Amino acid sequence: MAEIPRVALIVVLVLFACIVDAVLFDPMNLPGSPPNLLLLVVAALALVLGPVGGAVVGFFAGLAADILPPADHLIGRYALVLCLAGYVVGLFHEEARDSVLLGLVAVGAAAAVATLLYGALGGLLSDGRVDAHTVLSSLPFSILYDVVLAPFVVPWVMALARRAEPQVTRK
Amino acid sequence: MPRALVRDSRRTRVVLALLVLTAFTLITLDYRSRGGGFFGSLRRTASSVFGPVERGAADVVRPVRHAVQAVGSIGSNHKKVTELQREVASLQQQVREAPFDKQQAAELKQLLHVSAVGQFKMVFAQVIAVSPSYGFEWTATIDAGTRDGLKENMTVLNGDGLVGRLKVVGTSTSTVLLAIDPEFNVGVRLPNNQMGVVSGHGRAAMSLMLLDPTARVKVGDGLVTQGSADQTPFVWGVPVGSVTSATSPLTGDVQNGEVKPFVDFTALDLVGVVVEPPRTDPRGALLEPPLPTITVTTTATATATATVTQTPVQSFLPATISPTSRASSPAKPSSSSTPKPTLTPKPSVTPTPTPTPGVTPSPTGTAATGG
Repeated sequence: MAEIPRVALIVVLVLFACIVDAVLFDPMNLPGSPPNLLLLVVAALALVLGPVGGAVVGFFAGLAADILPPADHLIGRYALVLCLAGYVVGLFHEEARDSVLLGLVAVGAAAAVATLLYGALGGLLSDGRVDAHTVLSSLPFSILYDVVLAPFVVPWVMALARRAEPQVTRK
Repeated sequence: MPRALVRDSRRTRVVLALLVLTAFTLITLDYRSRGGGFFGSLRRTASSVFGPVERGAADVVRPVRHAVQAVGSIGSNHKKVTELQREVASLQQQVREAPFDKQQAAELKQLLHVSAVGQFKMVFAQVIAVSPSYGFEWTATIDAGTRDGLKENMTVLNGDGLVGRLKVVGTSTSTVLLAIDPEFNVGVRLPNNQMGVVSGHGRAAMSLMLLDPTARVKVGDGLVTQGSADQTPFVWGVPVGSVTSATSPLTGDVQNGEVKPFVDFTALDLVGVVVEPPRTDPRGALLEPPLPTITVTTTATATATATVTQTPVQSFLPATISPTSRASSPAKPSSSSTPKPTLTPKPSVTPTPTPTPGVTPSPTGTAATGG
């Protein structure tokens, strides 16, 4: 019953993040790769939902980012990346209940996983846009931006998601 | 609890494996359909549905974006600071009364100039979003689509030169593959009518490869598009960039070089999509600076106006208008051509200096634009 508001919340959050990324962060043209709000939202949701939920949310969030304009890469690529990132972050969900710092570490790890994976997929699919040098040079930036942005995003998204959670006290 | 983790892990892994498999399937299917088929229409639908949403969002965040962009580029670009400081003095007066709208008017004016000189029939559009995916992909969304008469593979340009080509066209928004995208290649014509290919490399300089081993290019040469067959995806005569360095190959080898695009891709705003190419090749006509007075400081106004009016370029409407309306210039040169000021008669302000390959309007103008 409470599933529906939670799914709606997640859909709204994901679409909001996609649009903010596309119209605000990406056009800023900061050095390295742009901050990735979508990744933060997926990470925050994964910290609440756990590995399975994180992977599922990551998959569909990535799919949205693959399809929404002005994306121009193979559909499924970002879905794969965020699915695995959501899974990795979700593994920490028990511990994240007590530690804020751990949440930040998880976000940094997610940023690193996502960038490396996206780059590796580029190599696998012979994408002329991605090579080892560009991936590695943008890696510190993506981690930095996302970790800096995380305290402003992750706790709020987590709080929202927990409120919409059906049964909080489930061991 | 780690125990919960272990208990869950079998189910977790099954779900994860299924999702990963699905993602790989999607990638494979999309790869095989090459932008067509179901995935192509999915993208077009998404563009039609979410384009308007993005457009609305872009309108909301535009002031924020401009503010952050301004702060960001000053912080990251120490070299530009001194250059800017020099410009500030002369621009301050106009900037106070010329907010963002005015800059857009200037951009539109420049585009109209391009349209007039190049004989392009264009649809104007605004950039509303730029591509995500870790900065490897250089695409942008514009707020025009099929209902404005746009089709895939049309040339996109702005007042400075080539911006890119249309890749996906939705009802009211479209995706542009920017010229600096690593997948972007365009045939160009050199001043001596030789041909070459210019390719994008993201943030790095664009590269130029000449086709004929006997052809040679020199630093500072301006490049225009060669024009594709049927003028698709590239119409002819659109300025691309100027050569910043060139290799010196042995006899019989083709020459390569680097190209600095005329367009500032970090500050894309108003663009034009060519819906009807010119009947005759404009050749290098658009390489001439459309608004030579932009970078000229007030002290040099007299000489600058003199030079401009003598410029042996044919009907140059904005060029002859702007010097007259230039502030603090009592000497009002009688415009010889037929000026038709469609926009504000006030002086136009563009903070980015227009590159002037080959043509030097005045000594001060060169000093400000060089580099």
